[in-house]
Amino acid sequence: MSEISKDQVKHVAHLARLAISEEEVEKMTKQLGDIISYAELLNDLDTDNVEPTTHVLDLKNVMRKDEPRKWIEKEDALKNAPDHKNGQFRVPSILE
Amino acid sequence: MSLFDYTLKEIQDKLHNKEITVSDLVAASYERIHAVDDQVKAFITLNEEAARAKASELDKQVDGASNPLFGIPLGVKDNMVTKGLRTTCASQILDNFNDPLYNATVVDKLEEENTVTIGKLNMDEFAMGSSNENSSYAATRNPWNTDYVPGGSSGGSAAAVAAREVFFSLGSDTGGSIRQPAAFCGVVGLKPTYGLVSRFGLVAFASSLDQIGPITKSVEDNAHLLQAIAGHDPMDSTSANIEVPDYSAALKQDVKGLRIAVPKEYLQEGVAPEVKEAVLQALKVYEDLGATWEEVSLPHSQYAVAAYYLLSSSEASANLARFDGVRYGVRSENATNMLDMFKLSRSEGFGDEVKRRIMLGTFALSSGYYDAYYKKAQKVRTLIKNDFEKVFEDYDVIVGPTTPTPAFKVGEKVDDPLTMYANDILTIPVNLAGVPGMSLPCGFSSDGLPIGLQIIGKHFDESTIYRTAYAFEQATDHHKKTPELGGAK
Repeated sequence: MSEISKDQVKHVAHLARLAISEEEVEKMTKQLGDIISYAELLNDLDTDNVEPTTHVLDLKNVMRKDEPRKWIEKEDALKNAPDHKNGQFRVPSILE
Repeated sequence: MSLFDYTLKEIQDKLHNKEITVSDLVAASYERIHAVDDQVKAFITLNEEAARAKASELDKQVDGASNPLFGIPLGVKDNMVTKGLRTTCASQILDNFNDPLYNATVVDKLEEENTVTIGKLNMDEFAMGSSNENSSYAATRNPWNTDYVPGGSSGGSAAAVAAREVFFSLGSDTGGSIRQPAAFCGVVGLKPTYGLVSRFGLVAFASSLDQIGPITKSVEDNAHLLQAIAGHDPMDSTSANIEVPDYSAALKQDVKGLRIAVPKEYLQEGVAPEVKEAVLQALKVYEDLGATWEEVSLPHSQYAVAAYYLLSSSEASANLARFDGVRYGVRSENATNMLDMFKLSRSEGFGDEVKRRIMLGTFALSSGYYDAYYKKAQKVRTLIKNDFEKVFEDYDVIVGPTTPTPAFKVGEKVDDPLTMYANDILTIPVNLAGVPGMSLPCGFSSDGLPIGLQIIGKHFDESTIYRTAYAFEQATDHHKKTPELGGAK
């Protein structure tokens, strides 16, 4: 149960949008395996009747009126972008 | 003696008596930084020109100023955005993020108090780490002995205060990242109750655990800095809408009748004998001051680290999806299509620990594993939270060590993630429960490294932590020692 395979590591890297070398796959398989084995410790606890905690405080959805307001100007929003054109973020081609 | 050895109150008196100016304070900061920061490596980016200009402006306003933070040199951890001032999270993926568009709420609040931002402080990349060795720029060193780590992830924030490079600083704490470096560097660091301080503008690591908090040399200063940053913020939907008490009113030097709980799990095997001894000595001080203490149990403590790494990494894997090379940050030059651009930008921009945690989190949230890992960890979190609630039915505060050992050597644990994680075993449960916790100096090891005492309070009861900490500080001298780095001034 606690083992993680190299193929799983490659799949997870893809899901996480990380390019990963064969060497990193080796290293990551061992390290993630170790961490996940350690996490198996939690299975010592019977939690069948325990509610999960997502947040420690009683949170309610915070709503505001959906009205336009002045915030960041378009020019400002673009100024830290690696590439932009005609007031829009520019990225490499999506379709080959 | 450094100007920064004085208390806030003493500094304000000196400003108003015209003994010193704000410009003197800011000059003292940069003079010290230029003298010692090549050893300490606490700063990533300096704000020297703007800070000196602001100091000159503030010098004209001294007479009308009445707030305790006026003109005080501040360091800000580099994961809080500062308008127009580079913000990197110590990551290569934000290396070129030179012009953030707004201030974090905490920075805005301190600007209103007229503190002066000296620069941005070094940290473990994206706040993931316990030694500052995960900074992509340089590993910050412990001012008490530069062969040792300052702790992390707010290592720069703690080291800069200990080294007198700034008067005080802001850190953030997800699993101990304020308290552990405060312990290692011999300063006072508070992680407030989750929700007390706005997280708006704090680059998110694990949103259900992250809190910003103050790092100072004294308990009194700490209370003043928290006062300025606490309170509801409509820009943070997890910000608690509560009335903020007057924390200074809690500094009464009286703990008669205070009921202290000492978890037996916090003094078990694994805690260094001299750390245990320092904590027992502290408890003796409390006895002499009229408080009582008893041993209690937080029975699920041993599960906290495992639960924490699953939960925090899962949240991080989602939060760090925003670094994609599109809107800000560094984009890989080696990609020809969109998917490769994402993958290469992230792989080139993130360091090993960040990638490891993104991978762990992505795995724990992935189809088929969600219930076994993520949901299981959330349930264990409930058990840990209940442990604290039960103890707080009968006690006012929980006291124990902040860390199992004093600071360790640079390079000692860097190759073994699990050993590094175990270092946070006494701080992590506090974040999982959402309660506030402080570290303050309670002694020194035989090697001359500081030891931290951790005081944990009930939700939104920072006042009792301050009362408890202040009484101890006033009764002891640990906080008066200063590191001799670069020749004591």
